Amino acid sequence: MKKPLLCMLTLAACLSACYREERPTPPPPAPPQLAAQSAARLSDIEPGAPRPPAALPNKYEENAYALSQGKSLFRKFNCSGCHSQGGGGMGPALMDDKWIYGSEPANIYATIIEGRPNGMPAFGGHLTNEQVWQLVAYVRSMSGQVREDAASSRSDEFQTAPPEGRREKATPKNAADAAAAPRG
Amino acid sequence: MKLRATIAAAFLLGLCLCADAQQLPAHNALEPAGVQAAEIHQLWRLTLLICSAVFAAVLAAFLYAIWRAPHSAQQAPADVSSLAHPEPRLQRRITLAVLAAAALLLVLVLADFLTARRLAHLPLKDAVQIEVTGHMWWWGARYLDDDPSKLFDTANEVHVPVGRPVILQLSSADVIHSFWAPSLHGKKDLIPGRTALLQFRVDKPGLYRGQCAEFCGFEHALMAFTVIADAPAQYEAWLAAQRAPAPAPVSAQQQHGQAVFMRSTCAMCHAISGTDAGARLGPDLTHLASRSTLASGALPNNRQQLAAWILDPQRFKKGANMPATPLSSADLDALLSYLETLK
Repeated sequence: MKKPLLCMLTLAACLSACYREERPTPPPPAPPQLAAQSAARLSDIEPGAPRPPAALPNKYEENAYALSQGKSLFRKFNCSGCHSQGGGGMGPALMDDKWIYGSEPANIYATIIEGRPNGMPAFGGHLTNEQVWQLVAYVRSMSGQVREDAASSRSDEFQTAPPEGRREKATPKNAADAAAAPRG
Repeated sequence: MKLRATIAAAFLLGLCLCADAQQLPAHNALEPAGVQAAEIHQLWRLTLLICSAVFAAVLAAFLYAIWRAPHSAQQAPADVSSLAHPEPRLQRRITLAVLAAAALLLVLVLADFLTARRLAHLPLKDAVQIEVTGHMWWWGARYLDDDPSKLFDTANEVHVPVGRPVILQLSSADVIHSFWAPSLHGKKDLIPGRTALLQFRVDKPGLYRGQCAEFCGFEHALMAFTVIADAPAQYEAWLAAQRAPAPAPVSAQQQHGQAVFMRSTCAMCHAISGTDAGARLGPDLTHLASRSTLASGALPNNRQQLAAWILDPQRFKKGANMPATPLSSADLDALLSYLETLK
């Protein structure tokens, strides 16, 4: 008699701890502060000893709802206009193992907010902090950087690539990529 | 004590309902305002009449049986020999009852068929064409015209002329919705990827509330719309006003408000014709101040509610796609002043 009750209680406990499915989303991480932003550096040239790359974790990368919101915003805000569905077009591909401006969440945050040369517009002010972090999480999921059970497993539109949840995790080709070395 | 509390609660609830009714007229399928709703209403009345009569007859037979059992002269045990020797009287009664039920059902089928035929035969000469799109959770309306410069968008409030047929081209931007204005016509589902047509005519001027009638997510209940039937002259005046682009801001505060709109999150999703804002993710705001409700009928359209809605939409409509926009009080004031000029 006690066993089923115990089972149900355990199940309930499991469900209540399911951050992956939490919705609406928990408060977004704070925008990278000055220190973190300077750590999301864009150049190899640096005074003193080289610092480790910015480590600002994006908690949204573990949240399925935030990731799917990011995916929907990616299309709605016309990111796909240049980056296509991640394979790149006018803009660079986002699903491969190359990062021009760094692979860390803080790097991608800075790219979206500040824009980049050769066409990437600055979205600062036009997006809420929450939306930017959702987009950052989704952009990283395109190259398999996030938990595969939280990443999207389906698309509303026809897509030739496997869903984000089934992509191989791409690792930066060289160490300089991870620490954001500008090229070209 | 408990009774008094209950009465007080009922009174309060009544007050709330009254307040809600002031915001939007309650929708009512029993008060048809067009030919087609009248046909549907007639069918409903016939169905109610027949079903009530059948229900009364069944109930009467049942009560009679209960009353008869103790009064019956026969107190003998039940006769179970009838399987071998069918009772002719009972058989005749059952046959009659089955025939009567079949006949009544046939009457209903026939009435249904004739109503559907009449609904489909609305004369469509000189019809108003409107494209209505269901979104999670609001309605977009685009008034079509042969002259592309006369096209315009609006949201959540559909004006139609009295006495002229209206053709709605219904489509969905995301999930299945259903367009239902009970006083005007039946329901019509909006299936993503398909265009459904709904034709109706309104014969009485007035405000008619409508509602999404197919569960479509978190805020399905707050996905209302209003159909406003105007006299032809009034309708033409409304059309002309809606076709005009938004007036340019005049005062310094209004100009500042427009700048706030353009540089913040607003311009990413909303359109105001005559300005640089042209996004189509959210409702068109070109003539926002001419509408009586906000957020698809969820809030009355006034300065306070608009401010509260802009600052935190999730408080009123949890799950809505509009994000909270933190603005300083000066910016918010300016933005509201600008939005109020969008008549």
